[in-house]
Amino acid sequence: MSSAIAVRDLRKSYDGVEALRGISFEVTAGEVFGLLGPNGAGKTTAVEILEGYRNRDGGDASVLGYDPGDSPRAMRERIGVVLQHSEITPLLTVREAHLLFAGYYAKPRDVDEVLEVVGLMEKRDARVKTLSGGQKRRLDLGIALVGDPELVFLDEPTTGFDPAARRSAWEMILALRSLGKTILLTTHYLDEAQRLADRVAVIRAGRIIRLGTPAELIGDARSIEIRFLKNGEQVVIETKNPTQALNELTAEALATGYELEQLEVRRPTLEDVYLELVDEYDGDVE
Amino acid sequence: MTVLLHQLKFEQRVFWRSREAAVFIFIFPLLLYALLGSIYGDEIDGVPAADVLLAGLFGYGAANTAFGGLAITLVIRREAGILKRLRSTPLPPWTYLATVLLSTLMVFALQAVALLVLGSLAFDASMPANPLGFAGAIVLGVAAFAGLGVGAASLIRSAEGVSAVVNVIVLPMAFLSGSFGPTREFPVFLQAIADVLPLTYFIDIVYGVYLDGESLFADPKALGVLAAWGIAGLAVALKRFTWMPRER
Repeated sequence: MSSAIAVRDLRKSYDGVEALRGISFEVTAGEVFGLLGPNGAGKTTAVEILEGYRNRDGGDASVLGYDPGDSPRAMRERIGVVLQHSEITPLLTVREAHLLFAGYYAKPRDVDEVLEVVGLMEKRDARVKTLSGGQKRRLDLGIALVGDPELVFLDEPTTGFDPAARRSAWEMILALRSLGKTILLTTHYLDEAQRLADRVAVIRAGRIIRLGTPAELIGDARSIEIRFLKNGEQVVIETKNPTQALNELTAEALATGYELEQLEVRRPTLEDVYLELVDEYDGDVE
Repeated sequence: MTVLLHQLKFEQRVFWRSREAAVFIFIFPLLLYALLGSIYGDEIDGVPAADVLLAGLFGYGAANTAFGGLAITLVIRREAGILKRLRSTPLPPWTYLATVLLSTLMVFALQAVALLVLGSLAFDASMPANPLGFAGAIVLGVAAFAGLGVGAASLIRSAEGVSAVVNVIVLPMAFLSGSFGPTREFPVFLQAIADVLPLTYFIDIVYGVYLDGESLFADPKALGVLAAWGIAGLAVALKRFTWMPRER
């Protein structure tokens, strides 16, 4: 598979403050790639360089084979963008807004089809200004899809959503993936990255501090946790061999006749790994 | 070209749907004309008052539509992220700006016709003595004030303040330049200010083609000053215009 995005040693400063301190990653065609990190880590800066909005100070970047620094029209034909903050002219209807954007592309998708995909068919004749927050995000997504892009950038697509809206956004993103779109997603929600991304780069203070599949990140970072109460006191055992540890524990408990109260065996979530990573790097100079 | 027409269609749709814009930009100069036309007597300096006022209000309309309206539209769209969003589509930026200008020209051309119709029906005002020159003057005025409008939009930072800033510029300028009546009796220093304002010269040009039947190019100095203002606005825009919100 060819890479849809290739970034090497990408650097960017604002007024002497380094937002990106040399990040490198590749996104394979058809992959959902997540950039995960706290606010101010440099996620949006990285994405906006790749979308062609900002010039990089150093390093190489390639988006579908184009240099995003030139933001050529041919590249813009093939990408779809959902920004963190952007609006669509509030006086148009949902369907008109899609038609407007469809007119910019050489080979747009059928507008009604897109409305169906993002679940705005019922709202198609409503003015944009009457939409709820979640519906506006769907509109942003629909407009990003109307040019039938190969590569979609989603910058924090579910920030501010209630849980139900988040679920349905996730389903939409997974549906895009099954259409073969390449997706670059930024998020500060760990469950979102874990659920949607094939691979995740954890970014902090302008650097990528870990990169891999969610399973890899969880797997190589921590052991399994076993918790129970003994005489009312919390016992926590961390082990790489949970089968053996449990066997020994239960054998001992049975032999001595006490109960392992509130026994819990827990795999670390990406959240645990992430918090650990971010803590580890907290000594880093800002 | 197809994209330009496509965009123009939507620009027009959005403009006429916006009640604020339609009233403030389109109706307001007509309203002022109706008002002033009923106040002033038959003649101003031996010329029918309705004609003098009409020439002045063409000027106010051009400044209000092309300078004021355009600056407000661009700042609001920039701060809302609408311009930013457009930049990542294949729509070429110059096509977009050209469309916004064309749409502004359409609105003002229509307004000029409406002013003429109102004038001739209500106050027996004259039709343009040099129609071709008159049409040319309208295009020229929109171009110059649009240049200033884009320049101003590049300097104004917030969407909240843009309307106020624009009106603080447009209304006094229109007053000093004689949009609302003769300035002969104004104190000398006010007339001195008026002497450098672009609207003064635009009204002179309009007066020439509309009432005196002069050629559009009869007054090179007026054309020069008007063009210089437009180019100055454009120069500021080329240096400072951004598609990104000034949020940071």
